Order: sequence, then structure tokens, then C-alpha cells
Amino acid sequence: MSRLLALLGRETALAWGRGGGPLVAVGFYAGVATLLPLAIGPEPQRLAAIATGAAWVALALASLLSLERLFERDYEDGALDLLTLSPTPLELTCFVKCLGQWLATGAPLAAAAPVAALGLGAPLELAPLIFGCALLGGLAFAFMGGIGAALSLGARRGGLLTAVIVLPLFAPPVIFGGGAMDSFVSGLPWRGGLALLGAYAAAAVALGPLAMAAACRNALS
Amino acid sequence: MTWAPAFLSNPERFMAFSRWAAPMFGVIAAGLAVAGLYLGFTAPEDYQQGHTVRIMFIHVPAAQLGMFAYACLGVASFLSLIFRHALADAAAQAAAPLGAAFTFLALVTGSLWGRPMWGTWWVWDGRLTSVLVLFLLYIAYIALRASMDDEAKAARAGAILALVGVINLPIIHYSVEWWNSLHQGSSLFAKGGPAMSTVFLVPLLLMSLAYMSAFGSLWLVRIRGEVWRRRAEAAALRAAAG
Repeated sequence: MSRLLALLGRETALAWGRGGGPLVAVGFYAGVATLLPLAIGPEPQRLAAIATGAAWVALALASLLSLERLFERDYEDGALDLLTLSPTPLELTCFVKCLGQWLATGAPLAAAAPVAALGLGAPLELAPLIFGCALLGGLAFAFMGGIGAALSLGARRGGLLTAVIVLPLFAPPVIFGGGAMDSFVSGLPWRGGLALLGAYAAAAVALGPLAMAAACRNALS
Repeated sequence: MTWAPAFLSNPERFMAFSRWAAPMFGVIAAGLAVAGLYLGFTAPEDYQQGHTVRIMFIHVPAAQLGMFAYACLGVASFLSLIFRHALADAAAQAAAPLGAAFTFLALVTGSLWGRPMWGTWWVWDGRLTSVLVLFLLYIAYIALRASMDDEAKAARAGAILALVGVINLPIIHYSVEWWNSLHQGSSLFAKGGPAMSTVFLVPLLLMSLAYMSAFGSLWLVRIRGEVWRRRAEAAALRAAAG
């Protein structure tokens, strides 16, 4: 247990501290949210219609940013070899790495999501649901994204490849979260979408580390 | 792999088998396609869709094959990952571009049909979007394999990605259906038998079989090519080593 906690501390500190950490992700998020009205036009009605969706998809994109370094850094400096040798199963190690990624970028992005959506004109009552969706969705993005990051270890142009691999897999959480928020705004039952998002996140957390560990072993073999 | 028939698991036997099987499937595909296209073009116009109903004979089998090829990719990847079978990996590698091509054909013909029927080239409908995501999954698989120099590593990474995709495909499919659906439901696998008159059903089934044979033939040819390429590479390495 203490080993896992130490690993979680290391991962979170590395993700938080090096290269700006959450600041870069939140900055990217703010940048995308700023460009949107510039492209679409400043009319409040038009912006309000797309506010939740735009904030949601920008979040999915922003959570891609730091994925590239999730395994690559440890792969390059040999830390991944050491982590593989430790008595902790590699699956658990991958789980902890993604959890650290989520704590360092997913949670700050979830805090920024309601601000961005409100700025684009989403109603205030939506804010708690956006925060909840962003937390759960961030978990799914981090664990599905981890699979892409582990698979592109040792590949040329790893960062772009990670995005190509991961974006189609992001379709279900984007649909579920977007559906829940859309239903909330139109006064329809929204709990179903949120529950499906939670189920997808749970499945990603449970099964993702298996694929990540297999991919890491393959890269190191 | 003791349970697998030797003509599929033993590379020598496979090459001997595919040598006559590939052209045979090709000839069957050509015959069926000629018959299917003839019947398809002489079939009466549909009372609603007019002549555009004929696009269906090209479109529906392509969509079926796009999904079938992913199933083949998944099975081959599973066998290559678990049993480390070289032929299974060659089969997976060979199936991906074919599947992508069939999926692309389904998207293009669907778009051509959508223009006169729905009045638009593309709608963000559930079935269209899930086929588009399937196409993106093929692209991701091909891109992953292409960006790795070490073939053994590329094979295993590709197999892991293909299996992740197999688990995700039903989720993507149903999530997208839940999201929005305009595309008509399946007429072939409708409750209480096919909801289609025989003049359309027969050419459609013929074309389905033709596509299936064509896929079988092309797949075998591509696997053979892959086996030859690997042999040539091994021979070149041996020659270089002196």
C-alpha cells in the first residue's frame, strides 16, 4: 500500500510540477474556449446553443495534451523498466499512473469546465452537472487515453499517434456526457446519460490498466 | 494451435492451399457479381426510391464487409497475441486495409444515396457515425503499425489495439444509436423475415456473397504477399550476415 501511495505521490508530483502541469492543460482549454466565439460569432443565443457541447469537446481535447508524457518519459529514462521489476503488478502501476494523471490534469480541468461553459452562455444551474460530468469524463479520458499512450511507446511521432488512436475511443463518453447536459438544459431526464458516463468510466478504470500493462511489456520486450 | 486445421496454421500448407483457393474465390466473386449486378440493374424501380435503390446492392454488402473484416481482424489479433502465431499476425495485418476500403466504400456510396434521398450528402445519424468511427479505428490500427520499425512489437501493439477496439465497437455502436438515429433499420434481419421483395432480395444476397468471396480472395492474396515479403526480408538478412 505504501508503495502505491509513494508511486501516486511521484506521478502526481511529476504531472503537476514538470512543464507547467495543470496550467498548460487549463491554458489550452481556455484558449480553445476563447477561439470558439471568435469563429462562431459573438451573438449570445448562437453561443448559448453550443456552449455545453463546445465546453465538453474542448475538455476531451485538453485531456489529450499531457497523455504523451504519461509513459514516454519513464520509457526514455528507464524508470519504466524499474517499475516493471518492482513486486507491484504492472497493471496496478498503470492504474496509479493514470490516477495521478487524472488528479493532476483531469480534476483542474473539471474545475475549469463550468467556468468555460458559463462564459460561453450556459445556464448557471448547469454548473454542478458540468463539474460532475467533467470529473467522471476525465476519469474515462485518462484511462482510455493511457491505452493510447502505452501503445504508441517507441513509435515515431508518438504524440500525434496517441491522438489518432484515442479520439475514436472517446466517442461514447463524449456522447453520454453531452447527452446528459443537453437533456438537463431542455428539461428532460438527464440521470441516464450521467449513469452511462459513470459506467463507461468504471469500465475504463477496470479494464484499461490490463491493456496498458500489456502494451508496456510489449514496448519493453 | 493443435485444434486449427493444418492448412491454416502451417505456413507451407497455407501457401499450398491459398495458391488455388485465392483465384477460386476470385472467380466465384466475379461470377456472383455479374449475376447480382445484372439482376440488380434489371430489377424494377422502387416505388419510393426510384433508380437510386440500385445503390443498395453496392452499399449494403460493403457495410457488412466493413464490420465483418473488423471481426476477422479481431480474431486474427487474438490468435496472434495469445499463440504468437506468425500467420495470424500476417492475416491481421492484411485484413485492416481491406476492411478500411470496404468501410470507405460504404461511406461513399451511402453519401451518394443520401444526396437524392435525404437531400444531403451527410447527416450526423447514428449508423452513419458509427461506421465513420469504425473507419477511424481502422486508420488508427494502420497508423500504429506503420509507425513502428520493430515488426514484432508493431504486431503485438496492433493486436492489443484491435482487441480494445473489438470491446469498444458495440459500446460505440449503441451509444451512437442512442444519440441519434435517422438511418432506416435493417430490412434483411428484420423480425419475421426479410422485409423486402424478392426482386431486390435476390440480387442483394448475390452481391453479399460476391463481396464475401472477393474479400476472401483479396485477403488470401494479401496474406500470401505478406508471407513472401517476410521470407524475402529474412533471406536478405541471411545474405547480409554472410
